[in-house]
Amino acid sequence: MARILSLAEAVAENVKDGDTIAMEGFTHLIPYAAGHEVIRQGRKDLFLVRMTPDILYDQLIGVGAARSMKFSWGGNPGVGSLHRFRDAVENQWPRPLEIEEHSHAAMANAYEAGAANLPFAMLRGYIGADLPKVNPNIKTVTCPFTGEVLAAVPAIRPDVTIIHAQRADRKGNVLLEGIVGVQKEAVLAARRSIVTVEEIVDELVPPSPNSVVLPTWAVTAVAHVPGGAFPSYAHGYYPRSNAFYIAWDEIARDREAFTAWIKENVLDARPEDFARHAVKSAKAA
Amino acid sequence: MTDFTPTEMMTIAASRELSNDDVCFVGIGAPSAACNIARLTHAPDITLIYESGTVGTKPDVLPLSIGDGELCDTALFTVSVPEMFRYWLQGGRITTGFLGGAQIDRFANLNTTVVGPYDHPKVRLPGGGGAPEIASNCGRIFITMALSKRGFVEKLPFVTSMGHGEGGDHRERLGMKTKGPTRVITDLCILEPDPETKELTVVSIHHGVTRDKIVENCGWAIKFADAVIETPVPSETELAVLRDINARTKKAHQGTETGKEAA
Repeated sequence: MARILSLAEAVAENVKDGDTIAMEGFTHLIPYAAGHEVIRQGRKDLFLVRMTPDILYDQLIGVGAARSMKFSWGGNPGVGSLHRFRDAVENQWPRPLEIEEHSHAAMANAYEAGAANLPFAMLRGYIGADLPKVNPNIKTVTCPFTGEVLAAVPAIRPDVTIIHAQRADRKGNVLLEGIVGVQKEAVLAARRSIVTVEEIVDELVPPSPNSVVLPTWAVTAVAHVPGGAFPSYAHGYYPRSNAFYIAWDEIARDREAFTAWIKENVLDARPEDFARHAVKSAKAA
Repeated sequence: MTDFTPTEMMTIAASRELSNDDVCFVGIGAPSAACNIARLTHAPDITLIYESGTVGTKPDVLPLSIGDGELCDTALFTVSVPEMFRYWLQGGRITTGFLGGAQIDRFANLNTTVVGPYDHPKVRLPGGGGAPEIASNCGRIFITMALSKRGFVEKLPFVTSMGHGEGGDHRERLGMKTKGPTRVITDLCILEPDPETKELTVVSIHHGVTRDKIVENCGWAIKFADAVIETPVPSETELAVLRDINARTKKAHQGTETGKEAA
């Protein structure tokens, strides 16, 4: 059964130095508050896994919390580069970052394989592409029935997966809506999981029998952190702050500006500070 | 209308490639603009799919990311990302993929991964995302990017997604049954692969552009088809729709939030 904890307790109990950690959310429901708590608690040597590293992993890489990253698209969507990620890969600042690079299709399949308790995923992928030449974790498998050669990648099995969701009930059952990405797969593939939520409610009331629900017995910890997905968004609660994504380009371009931003907004801040972004508006998407 | 920018011409020319029958996997940026102009002009029933899982989306403003809430709010339905890539893309349900890129070569292979060696890159680009499998699994591929020497290069440092590989029947030799890139729409002209060699060849030149300008802006010795036409200039409706959506988009993406106030 999931335990309902403070974010600080949930991270302290479930995230260890050296862990393979997946924080998922495909543009939507990115667990920013939890990522900031990982930074505040000084976790290091992490192996970060995420399809689209986004600003959140730019921050974790920039503070030197990661030794390695597995990913499939490392940019600031619609804006440009992740400058901290680039600085780590191009100049090894603040420390070298090993990368294991895949395509989206391969990452999605690899999470699904992890959730399905399979050792690897296969896909009709990477045909004619150069990634298999530089990533030894992209291999091939031959179909035993047709002889077709398919791409194979190892299943993703994180030590801990962290996601953000709209709401949980008091037992710790979790509901996700909107663009649901790979969060269900990422949680089910992991040994432990933390879910931060906008609301904790008496009754979950899924809007449909087919809603994406993670039952309390498949989740390790739930923490109530309203606004915890900002500057990404929580469908039905608050919109994506595209203005912040655009502003981040300038902040992250410069090492000193980045470090100052982290001090002010992460190290000297608290999870409760995210609540000011959780204002429901009529325009919320 | 002759009062338009090269970028407007590019977006509008790209939009004309699409029809109501297309089920289109949309890349962010220039492809997204073109696909939505098509939807708002001549192809109102086109199905636009973004890799975030949103199917049949009809955004009022262009999304900044492939997963903006606007896409989900206006979609017919939204699926998980594994379902998107497995059932819909790999399942062969997508007729057309619309991609952009940082660099392209004469056989329409694309690079969005690195400039320089992979292990010690001069410039680390975002990477492939969905492109490697979009390029192989969609029925055909359209590409849109501005023509420049930096972008249209003799040799790619890295092949992120395969177009026609080494040319000729390379795709067939690798077992692909899809057509690959069939049109490349730039701000100066439109290119098509030669039917035999698959080398990109100029088939249509935008109004007011000279052949010399195209040659100067391409990193390889670009060829022209025997019959080259002039791209029809944008209509008043096309331009009005494009300018309207660009204005709405700009307004929507500029919030009052500054980096300092934000957590």
